[in-house]
Amino acid sequence: MIEKVLKGKSTYWMWLAVLGTFIAIGAACYVRQYMFGLGLTGMSRDVSWGLYISQFTFLVGVAAGGLMLVLPYYVHDYKAFGRITILGEFLAISALIMCLMFIMADLGQPLRGLNVIFFPTPHSMLFWDMCVLWGYLILNCLCGWVILTAERKQVHPPKWIYIFVYISIPFAVSIHTVTAMLYCGLPGRHFWLSAIIAPRFLASAFAAGPSLIVLACLVMRKFANFDAGKEAIQKLTTIIMYAAIINTFFFLLEFFVGYYSEMPGHTHSLEYLFFGLEHDGHVYNNLVPFMWTATAFSFTGLGILAYMKIAKVFDYRLVGTAAALIFFSLWADKGLGFVFGGFVPNPLNEVTEYIPTANELGITLGIWATGFFILTLLYKIAVGVEHEIEA
Amino acid sequence: MYNKGTIIPGLVIFIVFVTFPLWYNGLNAGTVPKPDLPVGQKECVAPAAEMRDTHMKLLNEWRDAVLRDNDRVNIKVGGKEYRKGLQMACMQCHTDKEKFCDSCHTYAAVSPTCWDCHLTPAVAASKKETL
Amino acid sequence: MDKTRRKFLKIAGAAALAGIGAPAIVKLTSHTAFASEGAGHAAPASGESGAHGEPASTGVRLGMVVDMRVFAVQPMLLDQAIAACNKVHNIPHFPDRKNEIKWIWKAPYANVFPEQEVLHKSEMAKTKPFAVLCNHCDNPSCVKACPTKATFVQPENGIVGMDFHRCIGCRFCMAACPYGARSFNWQDPRPFITNYNPEFPTRMRGVVEKCNFCGERLALGLEPACVEACKGTGAMVFGDLNDPASEIRGVLDKEFTIQRNPAAGTKPSVYYIV
Repeated sequence: MIEKVLKGKSTYWMWLAVLGTFIAIGAACYVRQYMFGLGLTGMSRDVSWGLYISQFTFLVGVAAGGLMLVLPYYVHDYKAFGRITILGEFLAISALIMCLMFIMADLGQPLRGLNVIFFPTPHSMLFWDMCVLWGYLILNCLCGWVILTAERKQVHPPKWIYIFVYISIPFAVSIHTVTAMLYCGLPGRHFWLSAIIAPRFLASAFAAGPSLIVLACLVMRKFANFDAGKEAIQKLTTIIMYAAIINTFFFLLEFFVGYYSEMPGHTHSLEYLFFGLEHDGHVYNNLVPFMWTATAFSFTGLGILAYMKIAKVFDYRLVGTAAALIFFSLWADKGLGFVFGGFVPNPLNEVTEYIPTANELGITLGIWATGFFILTLLYKIAVGVEHEIEA
Repeated sequence: MYNKGTIIPGLVIFIVFVTFPLWYNGLNAGTVPKPDLPVGQKECVAPAAEMRDTHMKLLNEWRDAVLRDNDRVNIKVGGKEYRKGLQMACMQCHTDKEKFCDSCHTYAAVSPTCWDCHLTPAVAASKKETL
Repeated sequence: MDKTRRKFLKIAGAAALAGIGAPAIVKLTSHTAFASEGAGHAAPASGESGAHGEPASTGVRLGMVVDMRVFAVQPMLLDQAIAACNKVHNIPHFPDRKNEIKWIWKAPYANVFPEQEVLHKSEMAKTKPFAVLCNHCDNPSCVKACPTKATFVQPENGIVGMDFHRCIGCRFCMAACPYGARSFNWQDPRPFITNYNPEFPTRMRGVVEKCNFCGERLALGLEPACVEACKGTGAMVFGDLNDPASEIRGVLDKEFTIQRNPAAGTKPSVYYIV
C-alpha cells in the first residue's frame, strides 16, 4: 500500500515540498541546538519547559482524539464512521511521532535517552508516559495497517485484530491521563495541582483531535476526491461541540476556584495568563493576547457549531471555520497557557517570562511539518485504498 | 537475474564502500599506539592487560560506587592511597590525557565523553586559582 | 507473497529480535549493572503521608540549620558561604538570569517563604537576604519525578544525590521541585567558570545540577563548603538529624525553626531560625 504515496497530483507534491522546506529548516536549527545546547531556546532556569514540551502535551491530546472515531464505530457500530476511523488512527500515528520528536528535541542529553529504558523507574510518570506513548503508537500502526489491508482486499479483518482495537480504547484515555499526571502530581506548582487537569486534558483532546480530522476531511474533499460523508462530519461536529463545551466548563471552574478562594497560589498563574502579573513594578503579560484570542475563538467556534445545530444548517465553510477556531483555541489553551502558566511565578514567587527564540520556532515548525508530512503520506494511502475499492 | 546491468555494478560499488576502511590504508592498520606511561610508577590499579580490557567497566563501577552507593573506600596503588575517581586516582599518575588516553582512543576511533566534565590536570591548570 | 518467502521473513524477524534482545538479557543478568540500582534507588519513607511526629527514617540523615540571626549581623558571611560553594564545585557564573546556575544563593524572605508571607514582617524578614539551597528532602518530589533515577536519595546519609552521568536533561525534576533549587546547563558551562578546582569535575551542557551537601567533602571528614565558610559563627549548623545527641538536634530543641513550604509534604532537611 505504501506505493500509493509515490503517485499524486502536482498539488500533492507541492504540499510535500513546502513541508519539506520547513523540515529542512527545522533540521538545520536542530543541528545548531545540538551543537550548542538548549541555551539556543528561550527556556530559562525558571521556565524550564518551553515550546517543545507544550507542543508535546497538546499533541498527545490530538493523538488521543482518534478515540472519538474508534469508539462509536467499533463499540457502538456507528456505520457512518466506517470510512474515517482509519483517519483517526493515522492521525494518532503522526501525532505520536511528533510527540516523540518533541521530547527528543527537548532533551539536554538526547543520546542518553535510552537510560529511561535501561533504568526503568515505575515511580516516575515520565517512564509510564514513554510506555503508553509507544504502546499506543504500536497499537495504532498495527490496527490501522491490518484493517486497511483487509479493506483493500475486500475481506473482513482477522478476528484477532479486534482485541487490539479494544485495547487501544483504554490506551487512548491512558496516554493523555498519564501526560496529565506528569503535571498534576507535582506538589510545588499550584496551577497544576488539581484533580481536574486530567479530565480537562481529555475533554480538550476529544475536541482537538476530531477538529483536525474534520479539517483534513474538508481538505481531502476539495483536493483528494475523498468525501467522508455529511453524516460523519455532522456527528464529528457534535462530538467536538460537546467536548469543547465540557473543556470550557472545566476551565471556568478553575477560574472559580482561583478567584473565589482568592488564594494567591491558585490565582497568580491565571492572572499572568489573562490579565498580566505585576511583580516588582513590572507587569508580565506576554501571553495575555494569546489567551484572550483563544477565548474569543473558542466561543465563536462553539457559537457557529451551536447555530448549525439549532438552525439545522450545514455548510462546509462554517464547519471548517469552526473546527479551525476551536483547534487553535485549544492549542493556545493547552499548548501555551497550561504549560507556561505553571512556571510563572516560580516556586520562589519570582517571574521570568518565556519568549521562544527563532531557532526554537524553527525546530518546532520543522517537527510540526514532519508530522503533517507523515499525515499526508498516511492519508494518501488511506484515500488511495478507498478509491481502489470503490472502483 | 533481472536488471543484471544495474545490480552487479551496484553491488560492486556497495562492497567497495563498505570495505573502504580496510583497503584505504593498504590493509595496514597503522602502528599500534604506545601510550606514554607515567614516569616512576610501576603499578596501576590492575595489571596492564586487564586495565586495557576493562578500564571502561572499572570506571563505570567506580562511578556508581562513589556517586550512588556512597562507597568512597580508597584505592591502593603501589602503596599509596587514592580516592576512587578519574580525576582523583587515574589522573594523579596518568597526567597527560593527550599522550596517554588519546593515543589509544584516537587510534581505535573511540571518543568517551569523560572529558566534557572531568578535568585533566592540563585543563585545570589553565584556570588555576591565583593565590 | 509465496509461502517460502513469508516463512523466511518471519524467521529473519525473529532472529533479529533475538539478536537485539540478547545483549539486553546479558546486561540485565550481569551483576555490576544491578548492584548500584538496588542501593541507589531505595528512597525511604516514600509512602508516608502526614508529618505528625513520625520519624522519617533510621540511619544517618544529614540536615542543616540556617541561623539567619547570625547572617543578619554579618552580611559578608552569606556571600562568603556562597563563594566557597561556587569555588569548590566549579560553578559557572552566568551574567544573565536565563542561564544562571545556583546551588546556594540568597533571596528575600518573601521569596524564600512565599507560603508564609505575612503583611507585617520583622525587620530581618523585610530587609535581610536569606540563604537558599536544596533542602535534601526526605520525601523529595524531584526523585519521584526522575525517569532514570539520575537523582536519588542516598539511604546512608539522606542526601538527595545527583548523578550527572545518567541525567538525560529532561528537566522534569526542575518542574517537580517545590523550592526552585535546581539549575540546568543550557550550554557548556566551562567558558563561564573563573577558576577550576581540580578536585571536582565540571558539568557538561544538558544536565541538571544542584547542591549535593558536599558529599565528596564529607567523605574526607570535612564539612560542607558553605558551613566551613561560616565556621565558628553558628550561622550554619550541619549534622545528623537522626542522632539525638548531635549539635544540630541541640539547636533544634532549643530554637523555634521554620521550613520552606512544609505543606508540600516533601519533609525538607533544612531548617531556618529567623
